[in-house]
Amino acid sequence: MLGKNEESYLATNNLSKSFGTFEAIRNISINIQEGEFVCFLGPSGCGKTTLLRCIAGLEIQSTGSVIQKKIDISNLPPSSRDFGIVFQSYALFPNLSVFSNIAYGLVNNKWNKHDINQRVGELLDLVSLTEHAKKYPSQLSGGEQQRVALARALAISPGLLLLDEPLSALDAKVRVFLRKQIKDLQRKLGVTTIMVTHDQEEAQTMADRIFVMKDGEIIQVGTPTEIYTRANSPFIADFIGIMNFIPAIIGKNNKAHCNSVIIDCDTQDFQNNQSVHLAIRPEDIQLNVEKSDNNVLEATIKEIEFLGSFQRIYLEASNVTKDLIMADIPSPNARKINLALNDKLNICFPVEDIRVYPN
Amino acid sequence: MNLLKFANISRGKDSSDRVGQIMLTAYILLFLVFLVLPLGGLIYKSLQNKQGEFVGLSNYYLYLQEPALFLSLYNSLFIAITSTIIVVILAFLFSYALTRTCMPFKGFFRLMALIPLLSPSILAAIALVYWFGNQGVLKYFLLGHSIYGPIGIIMASVYWTFPHALIILTTSLSLSDSRLYEAAEVLKTSKLRAFFTITIPGARYGIISTAFVIFTLVFTDFGVPKVIGGNYNVLATDIYKEVVGQQNFQMGAVISMVLLVPAMLAFFIDRYSRKKQISLLTSRSVVFKPKKHFNVDMVMLGFCSILAIIILLMIGMAQFGALVKFWPYDLQLTLSNYNFEVAGLGWESFYNSVRLALYTAIFGTIIIFIGSYLVEKLRTDEKKRGVVQFFALMPMAVPGLVLGLSYIFFFNAKDNPLNFIYATMIILVVNTIVHFYTVSHLTAVTALKQMDKEFESVSLSLKIPIYKMFWRVTLPVCLPPIFDISIYLFVNAMTTVSGVIFIYSYDTTLASVSSIHLDEQGDVAAAAAMAMLIVYVSIFVRLTHTIITKGILNRTQAWRYNVGDTN
Repeated sequence: MLGKNEESYLATNNLSKSFGTFEAIRNISINIQEGEFVCFLGPSGCGKTTLLRCIAGLEIQSTGSVIQKKIDISNLPPSSRDFGIVFQSYALFPNLSVFSNIAYGLVNNKWNKHDINQRVGELLDLVSLTEHAKKYPSQLSGGEQQRVALARALAISPGLLLLDEPLSALDAKVRVFLRKQIKDLQRKLGVTTIMVTHDQEEAQTMADRIFVMKDGEIIQVGTPTEIYTRANSPFIADFIGIMNFIPAIIGKNNKAHCNSVIIDCDTQDFQNNQSVHLAIRPEDIQLNVEKSDNNVLEATIKEIEFLGSFQRIYLEASNVTKDLIMADIPSPNARKINLALNDKLNICFPVEDIRVYPN
Repeated sequence: MNLLKFANISRGKDSSDRVGQIMLTAYILLFLVFLVLPLGGLIYKSLQNKQGEFVGLSNYYLYLQEPALFLSLYNSLFIAITSTIIVVILAFLFSYALTRTCMPFKGFFRLMALIPLLSPSILAAIALVYWFGNQGVLKYFLLGHSIYGPIGIIMASVYWTFPHALIILTTSLSLSDSRLYEAAEVLKTSKLRAFFTITIPGARYGIISTAFVIFTLVFTDFGVPKVIGGNYNVLATDIYKEVVGQQNFQMGAVISMVLLVPAMLAFFIDRYSRKKQISLLTSRSVVFKPKKHFNVDMVMLGFCSILAIIILLMIGMAQFGALVKFWPYDLQLTLSNYNFEVAGLGWESFYNSVRLALYTAIFGTIIIFIGSYLVEKLRTDEKKRGVVQFFALMPMAVPGLVLGLSYIFFFNAKDNPLNFIYATMIILVVNTIVHFYTVSHLTAVTALKQMDKEFESVSLSLKIPIYKMFWRVTLPVCLPPIFDISIYLFVNAMTTVSGVIFIYSYDTTLASVSSIHLDEQGDVAAAAAMAMLIVYVSIFVRLTHTIITKGILNRTQAWRYNVGDTN
């Protein structure tokens, strides 16, 4: 453990925090490299914000330690730690102009006036708000306010940037725009960043690594692709993206028996007669295939949902599962094959795209 | 590496946390000395005999044996309940007119309705004496009944408590979701049914809360029954008689307890119903905007006009009485009633009142605002904050008379190291701040709650000490409620009677108390003049406050009025 800490910029060792009898986080040990952008991702109440606040010193851990740059900062007050933070609510000071908000942290750190002007100018430029310097927060849109909050946090050049659900209060379009802007900024400045979010899409588009949390524990760590394609639990598979789950039992032939149909998949980690769930993403299901292929079954179209760039087909295959199976097909392709309700067609589960989870 | 030197001194706390903790402890100590211990002393006093020996509940037993005293309890309850019913109905209709109709001149009526707040409660009693007293203009209106007694007490109580009810009910009625009314209309609900199924339930907790507040105000009021009660005894006047008249402190303490218990009960029920009120409106609600409805608007205009005229007649008569040479025989106008030297006391008591009000406003505002900040924003010490919050709410449940009595027992004790504040301005200021602590505290807490709870976290992350951010952000943002608190304290310190009746001294007589004594001596005109002086100062201060507030706000609150394009 120690060896790892030496290389990492920020680490926690067996960090736990309880509020009364409620354990918000339990034995969390993580390592974050310098310059990395990581996301704590999880449903509300999973402890992700508590973990962030413990790292900031805004909450004091019950047990365990926080190490930043090889120094144990576990018992330091927030004012003695090295970080900048942005909150979901922005927390901009309403009676101070945009300029004064950004300069707020500099004034106290004994900067002279000229340097402050220059630094704030740089930051305003960085978040493209130069023309708004004299305005008050209430005169800005939500997205602009969030950029001011970001500039204020970055003003004192912190070694660590903490983002607590920074985009949750914004409109969908602004959110997508700010995602990119924050990510670009982070890359440019190379500041180690931790973002807390419950939005899996946000985590996937922005993070170098995602820490998925549930019930106060970290249940998987990996790059966005790893998490998406090799989720280590049905919970994550379901939480991130859309997933079909099909109950099955492992048969003698090492194949999965779903109802009366036998599906070929990787079952080497499972025993005979074990009950499992097969998981396959809607976009991995192939439609209108030749019958001779492996894992091909017949299904009936029960519903078609138009979702813009793709269509989601709900298929009934009662000899496999009683639930409807979702399959996504790009809209141009859908138009070509001209699908209609109650059409029968052959679908295929490619062997390499099926993941098997114990029940 | 200098980060290391802080490590392990105190887990995660920096200097501002520690300063906050020390201050929190100081507040607890202050509350103990100036609230809890005096009240404890009062309870203990009620368990002692005249020689100071512990006698258990025997004083209470004596009390129950005394039919005259018991009758007072009945009288107090009767007065309080009757007044409450009348005030709640009148104030509900009035605030309904202000919030739910398109009645014209709403601003004017709101202003009129708040006039009674500017005067001591006794002013209403004095005005009633001029209208309906033995030599009153409209004496025959009472069909032979005397104004000196329950009729007078109820009328005066209704007058002075009306604005208190109006404020709560207006707030409660303005919190309404217009979508509910639209839904009702779409479902073809009649206006009347909508009133009983949406309006009344929506205002339910406001009504309950109002009822308990008014009950407590009337139940514990001393000035009105003293001036116009005649031979009709109530608990508050009984306490005064036992303590001042018969020097029977033990019985005074017992009756105080009898006064305290219903007030406490009312307070807790009120707190409970206020908590319920908050959850009624969500952030998605759309604020109700009344529609024009000629008949309703005109009926309401008539109703509000009548009440406004009554209010003007009351205060007008008090003013007239103060200016008349010899009521009712010589109605020439004169200023001689303002020459209090004749009545054996000068203007000193008036100046004392102004001083008391100033000190209370200045020190009270500072103490209360900092206290509420500690309760609301400190990161640590959950338990101590809870204690201070509890103490801050307590004064609301303690009648002024009871608090005042507890102060004489406690601070007059020879072995109390704080004995030196007895009979000084200090004890009056402290008592008045404590007496009016709760409302001010709640105003401050509400204002602080509206501030983003992460301001402190942001400051810490930017290495700004909390006191700097308090000075630079919290204080400027909270300036309007701070002004409101100071004016509330000032006006209440000017008008209060029950809080100070026991603890003023020869050197610190007060205007409101002098007014009572002048009335007691039969010099009603001088009493009216003295009461009117309080009204002038209250009006003057409110006006100045409005002007100054506007001026300061324009300079410091530019951000507030600049809400421009939000996208």
